[in-house]
Amino acid sequence: MVPTLLLASIVIFTIIQLPPGDYVETYIGELIQNGESVDLERAQYLREEYGLDKPMIQRYLLWIGNFVTGDFGYSFEHQKPVSEVVGNSLFFTILLSFFTIILTWVIAFPIGIYSATHQYSWGDYGLTFVGLLGMATPNFLLALILLYVAKVNFGTSIGGLMDKEFIGEPMSWPKLLSIGEHLIIPTIVIGTSGTAAMIRRIRANLLDELQKQYVVTARAKGVPPFKALIKYPLRMSLNFFVADIGSLLPAIISGAEIVSIVLSLPTTGPLLISALQSQDMYLAGSFLMFVATLTVIGVLISDIALGFLDPRIRLSGGVDR
Amino acid sequence: MTIQSNSSLPAENTAELPHYVSDAEFDLRSVEKLTAEQEKIYFASQLTLMWWKFRQHRVAVWSGIFLLILYFSILVSEFISPWNYQTRHTKHIYVPPMGVHLFHEGEFIGPFVYGLKRKLNLETMQREYRVDAKKTYKLSFFCSGEKYNWMGLIAGDNHLVCAPKDAPFYLLGTDRLGRDMLSRIIQGARISLTIGLIGIAISFTLGIILGGMAGYFGGWVDMIVQRMIEVLQSIPTLPLWLTLSAIMPVSWSPILVYFGITVILGLLDWTGLARAVRSKLLSLREEDYVLAARLIGAKPARIIGRHLVPGFMSHLIASATITIPTMILGETALSFLGLGLREPITSWGVLLNEAQSINVVAIFPWLMLPVVPVILVIIAFNFLGDGLRDAADPYK
Repeated sequence: MVPTLLLASIVIFTIIQLPPGDYVETYIGELIQNGESVDLERAQYLREEYGLDKPMIQRYLLWIGNFVTGDFGYSFEHQKPVSEVVGNSLFFTILLSFFTIILTWVIAFPIGIYSATHQYSWGDYGLTFVGLLGMATPNFLLALILLYVAKVNFGTSIGGLMDKEFIGEPMSWPKLLSIGEHLIIPTIVIGTSGTAAMIRRIRANLLDELQKQYVVTARAKGVPPFKALIKYPLRMSLNFFVADIGSLLPAIISGAEIVSIVLSLPTTGPLLISALQSQDMYLAGSFLMFVATLTVIGVLISDIALGFLDPRIRLSGGVDR
Repeated sequence: MTIQSNSSLPAENTAELPHYVSDAEFDLRSVEKLTAEQEKIYFASQLTLMWWKFRQHRVAVWSGIFLLILYFSILVSEFISPWNYQTRHTKHIYVPPMGVHLFHEGEFIGPFVYGLKRKLNLETMQREYRVDAKKTYKLSFFCSGEKYNWMGLIAGDNHLVCAPKDAPFYLLGTDRLGRDMLSRIIQGARISLTIGLIGIAISFTLGIILGGMAGYFGGWVDMIVQRMIEVLQSIPTLPLWLTLSAIMPVSWSPILVYFGITVILGLLDWTGLARAVRSKLLSLREEDYVLAARLIGAKPARIIGRHLVPGFMSHLIASATITIPTMILGETALSFLGLGLREPITSWGVLLNEAQSINVVAIFPWLMLPVVPVILVIIAFNFLGDGLRDAADPYK
């Protein structure tokens, strides 16, 4: 686990540094665009201030050393510590991801089971098709279209997190309602893209199980069809699902960047993208590192859960020669 | 005992049976003999069996045919598109999709389009087009139209359909520069469809080599490859794409950028495949035929490439089919962020890049049409992959 994270930190740091230029350059470019004059001394001062003039290895050691002790660095763009910048948008991101995941499961499970038990039927094809439609439509376009439809038909503006008049207000019922209203479309848009993949995996895994002999035995001795489906085959086919829970963890805090940009949602996605584009290196680096850590932890969790669920799975893997 | 009465066994205490020898010719394999029907199934090659299994998945077969047609069309994009995809029809900017008519004032004159009258609405500052039913432009087939360079190599001017010069023959409308959307979509297919293929070739090569080494050698090789996979998978894809495509110098020619992006998409995609190859090899390398090959003195590369990988190639191909769509979508996502391909290279992602404002959705919805082929191709690939996966193991 630790070596993986160490490697990941090196890769992340290198990749962030790869594009030419640094944040000061972006910043100065912005200033010049706004018609302000910038002297080279100020640029030099900024570089020194942010530690950008030091060699790369030194910067890396500084960053990772601080990261381990819980100091995620300072965001150039927002002029705030990274933990504060990310923390502000984290709550809404988690809320949105939570609803999206629930929606995905609620849709995908019944459809996946139906598709597997009615393989090659019209229902199977039709439902798979609908699921694929959601996956195949580029997210940003779906978001745009729903934005337009909602505006024209229901008169609600759904960009952003809440209606304008609630911004900065204390929490109240109308505000909560407004947030709920604004959550509907992002949930649908992000949910549709994941549903198809989920349906297919449930279908494939369940099909594999349904062909096994114990199912035939169960049917032959007269176990009711529903029970013969739920009791063991479905349970076994859920292994993949448990294996997936690990990858949910990072997705919860980072997913759906593009949709968030289109719908101007205050989630962590757009934050990360803009940080990468303006080379706000501590914000981007620490955030990516945070996600990577969560991924590794998630994998560990699902490995352990799998071990509990199915004792046949050995984590050591491989045969020694 | 009732058994005795029914049984064909000779009853006890009867007279000795007469000695009997059948004079029919003795056939050693009479028991194993198969009917013609059975023979067809038992002796079918694995490929035939896979084909039979694949055929059962009707939708997959149709998807395959659809994709074949599309891939064939990229060979003749210039021929089937009615205009040159870069021509700017400055008099026809933002023309909505136009229909083709057959009858004019009750008289059959073959396929033709009506003329257009343009008016600038001074209140909304929009161009408004009205059909001018007096002018008719007859379409011709297999004709000489606008000049093009086939794949940038061979000059030609043959088109499947062409309209007279200045005729508003825009089946799917025109964009902000007055370029014909249909021609651009047809041209975009060339880039969008191949980007997945090249990407998958790269990720396939990497996945098989690295995954194969990890699975076959085990030990520290496995250790290193596993770590690489874990690291790559622990970083979210979109930021990786983003930073990697930001590395490409702005001065690169569009075609270089195209290759750069395919390489990026491929370089980040091999991890899943490598995992599959590795876990398969871990179990397969203990088989007797591997031991036999080793004893004869085959080198590891030969054992992996000749004996092990072909054993589950079909699975790999099936999983690759499902990966291609993610690459096509990845390209549209990159183009959305302005980091994908750039004009004059035309891909579906580049076309959709112009459709990303709410204005377009409200006023020029036909600019969103490139999404239709994207959706169709992705769905077709998925169904094809489903069918292939079901067929990959025909003995099941």
